[in-house]
Order: sequence, then C-alpha cells, then structure tokens
Amino acid sequence: MTLTMSQTQASVATSATAATTDSVRSETAAFATRDLSVWYGQKEAVQKVNLSIPAKHVTAIIGPSGCGKSTFLRCLNRMHELTPGARTTGEILCFGKNLYSPDLDAVVIRRRIGMVFQKSNPFPTMSIAENVVAGLRLNGIRNKHVLRERMEKSLRMAALWDEVKDDLNRPGISLSGGQQQRLCIARAVAMEPEVLLMDEPCSALDPIATGKVEDLIQDLKTKYTIVIVTHNMQQAGRCSDFTAFFYMGKLIELDRTGKIFTNPAQKQTEDYITGRFG
Amino acid sequence: MTITAQNDKHSWRKFKSGLVSFICIACAVATVAPLALVFVHLLQEGFSAVNWDFFTKIPKPPGESGGGMANAIVGTFTLLVLASIIGIPIGVLGGVYLSEYGTRRVNWVLRFFADILNGVPSIVWGVVAYAAIVVVPPKGFSAYAGGAALGFMMVPLIMRTTEEVLLLVPNGYREAALALGISQWKTTLQIVVRSAMKGIVTGVLIALARISGETAPLLFTALGNSHWNRNLHDPIAALPLQIFNFAISPYEDQQHQAWAGALVLVTVAFLVNIFVRALTRGKAV
Repeated sequence: MTLTMSQTQASVATSATAATTDSVRSETAAFATRDLSVWYGQKEAVQKVNLSIPAKHVTAIIGPSGCGKSTFLRCLNRMHELTPGARTTGEILCFGKNLYSPDLDAVVIRRRIGMVFQKSNPFPTMSIAENVVAGLRLNGIRNKHVLRERMEKSLRMAALWDEVKDDLNRPGISLSGGQQQRLCIARAVAMEPEVLLMDEPCSALDPIATGKVEDLIQDLKTKYTIVIVTHNMQQAGRCSDFTAFFYMGKLIELDRTGKIFTNPAQKQTEDYITGRFG
Repeated sequence: MTITAQNDKHSWRKFKSGLVSFICIACAVATVAPLALVFVHLLQEGFSAVNWDFFTKIPKPPGESGGGMANAIVGTFTLLVLASIIGIPIGVLGGVYLSEYGTRRVNWVLRFFADILNGVPSIVWGVVAYAAIVVVPPKGFSAYAGGAALGFMMVPLIMRTTEEVLLLVPNGYREAALALGISQWKTTLQIVVRSAMKGIVTGVLIALARISGETAPLLFTALGNSHWNRNLHDPIAALPLQIFNFAISPYEDQQHQAWAGALVLVTVAFLVNIFVRALTRGKAV
C-alpha cells in the first residue's frame, strides 16, 4: 500500500510540468501559477501547482473532496487570506501581474476577480435591486442613474431580469434557491470583473435551476474568464472548455475538456473519470 | 405475578409520575408567582397615587400632601441618555471587535473581564464613579457622575450581547461582501452589523431596562434632588433614588408615592420586554 502510494506521488511529480499541455498554452492566459503551494498550518493542501487558465473560456476544476480544488480557487482572488493559518508559496500571475506582490491590495484584486459561492448568500437586509448594486454602492458609486442602469444590465446578464423586474424591492432572500444563486451571479457581474470564480455554484440547486446557471455560464464566457469548481463531472463536461483534474493537492492534468473526458493522458484522470475511485 | 400485584405496581408508578409533574409545576409557578405578587401589590399600594400630578409635579416638602415625581422621571431619562452616550458606542464597538477582529487569545481575556464586570455589584460601579468623577475637580455630585456610573455598567452587558448576535451572522455574508472588493470596515458596518441590527437593539434595550432601575450606583454620584435639575453638573433626581428616599420616609403620602414610582418602573421594564419580544419575533438575528 505504501509502495503504491509513493509510486503515485512519483508519477505525479514527473508529470507536474507536463500537466499543462500545448493546447492550453496556446491560449492567452488569465492566470498562470508557478509552484503554487497552499499551507494550512503544517498541512500542504495544494502542492506546487503549475498551470495556466485561458482567458475568456470556462475552465472546470474537478477532483474528489479534499483534493485542494476549492483552496486553489480561493487563492485566485486571495480569499484564502481570510482563513486563519493559511499561507501560500510560489506565485500567481493574473494577466501578467503578480497577485501576491506587496503593492497589490486584496480588496482591489477582488473587485477585478469576482466570486460566486456554493451557498447562495444575498445580503439579508437588502432588496433584490440593492443586492445587485451592493458592491458598487459600497465602493463609492452613488450616481443613481449609473446604479439603475448597471442593475438592470447585470440582472439581464444573469437571466433573472424577466423574473424579478416587477418586484425589485422585495428582499433578496425571498427568492427561490436558484434565483438567489443567479442574483449572486448578477451581484458579482455588476462589478464588471475580468474573471468570475465559481465554487460549486450548483451543488445546492435542483436540476432545472442548475440548467439555468449552466446556460448562463455559456453566455458569460464571451465576456469573462470563468473558473468553476465542481463535484459534478457531467457538469464539467457540459459547460467547460478546459478541465483541470486535481488529486491529493496536486494538479494531475489540464487539457481541453473533450480530451480529458475521452482520452486523458494520465491514468489517474482516467480512473477518476470512469468512476474507478473518488 | 397476580393481577392485584401488577395493579399495585402500576398505581405506584403513576403516583411517582404525578409527584414529579407536581414538583415541576410547583417550581414553575414559584418562579412566576413573585412577579405576579409584586405587580398586584404595587397596583394595590401605588395605583391610587399614579395620577396627573405624579407625572407633572415635583415633590412637596415633607409633611405636605400632593406633589409628584416629574423631576425624578425626567432625571431617570436624562441619566439613561448620559449612560447611553458612554455605554452604547463603547459596548457595541467592543462587541464588534470581539466578533470581527479579535484574535482568540485577546478575545479570551476580554470576554473573561467582561463577564467579571457583568457580575460586579452595582454599588461598586457607584464607588468607581465616585472616586473617578465626584471627588476630582470640579468636585461634586452630578448628573454626569450618575450617567457615567450607569454607562460603565452598560458597557460589558452590551458588549457581550452584541458579540453574540454578530457571531450568529453567517460567514457567507462576510465572504460575499469581501469577494465584491468591499473593504473590511465597510463589510463589518454595512453588512454584518446591519444584518444583526435587531439583535443589537434588543441587547441595548435590555441593558437600558436593567440599569434604569439601579439605585446603588446613583447613591453617591447623582445623589438625588427634590427640585428640577438645571445643570448637569448638579445633583439630579432619579426614580429609584426617589423611591428609596420616600419609602423610608415617615410620611404616608410619600410612601404611597414610592409605591407609585415602583409601579411606574416595573411597568416600563414590562413594556420594554414586550417591545423586545415583538422586535425579535421570528428570527433570532
């Protein structure tokens, strides 16, 4: 057992640099990580990951629970800094800039890199309309005309406008689960970020609501770079252009989604995809 | 194993069950009964003295009948306002610190001291205010000193309730706000504190209700005053103080007014609690 373990680790180590294939590298990179490791205290949750995430495409991150995919995602907008005891080594370039350079403020980064969470979290004290523009308002935009325009545009982008246009003043939390999640997407989109990070955005939704969010992801990728963490391999297959497979804190493979699901280069990826473990 | 034996066992078990139920009910009644007794007694003794004069006139000299406690009622509200100026901002922001900013070790120390302060007898607060304010220049008993003593008392009360309601705010809201690039302090004030506003207001009201009846901290700070207070640097009347003074007075008229004052205080506490119940109906936060 110990032997197979170490063999696995060795094969991962040799393949780490080869994980990002040429088809990925030919795209403009939104993110590029170099030896990125994340530590929770003494535990290395993400281990020396080198990958590049293509701009204006959907990249899915899949892998079994605890493989470090959410942790990795939270590093991309420095949300991991909120976790006590978390620290990183290595670097992340975002459109060529080092995200961790000391002169970059995490608050500024998060305005450019939006995030949608597993559990929908509209602000409970705000109406639907107020929720959408909360980020803008609290970042100092007061012009009512601008706010109103951005609110409608964002709700339309989130495919929610037609459902809520008549009761924009109702509390955000009065919506159904799927609508709440799209409201959260509208709220993130309203900031006009360059990147949208999604941490299992559909895991609490029923299939119909999931379908709507997935359609939305297809619409949004024309404007944004989207990185989506998902437990659901079918979802990765349906809505992503590229798929990264993480296992035990390591990036095993990143390639076009079609290739990952039909002809993966790594044995572990194939085993996971075909349901032999995980 | 005869049927009679079984019946005996059965009735003995029923008896024990009934006995335990009875003891529990008796204890529950014993908890609520004093409130009912106090309220009924206050109504009997004080209701006749609660009239228009009571709310509009100041006390008559001893021995004369008539007069009221208007100055004490206004005095109590003045003291509550002064106490709030100290107690609410420090208490709420301290609670925000505990919930949103403090590290585990600092929080442990702060909570420990806040809990000790919550248990400090109220007369000790009076002594502290006396030593810190009354005996330093400009010397003298004053509304400020009384308000400060009550304000100090409010701080740990409000701090702990604020912390508790803020901790009930789900972390998802903080993360959502921070992920929108909203700065930490705006997230704290505009998202977290706003979400928990009802709970914070409840904590403040309960603290106010609690200190509004305090007598001991006022004995050697606000001192009491049988006339209107014209200057906050001077002694000021307060309902609990007036009740205390009139209750031990030899004049029957003043004793009745003391009962009436007590009735007003209890009624206010009662109304505040009903209001708080209405405010927090449904959700805890």
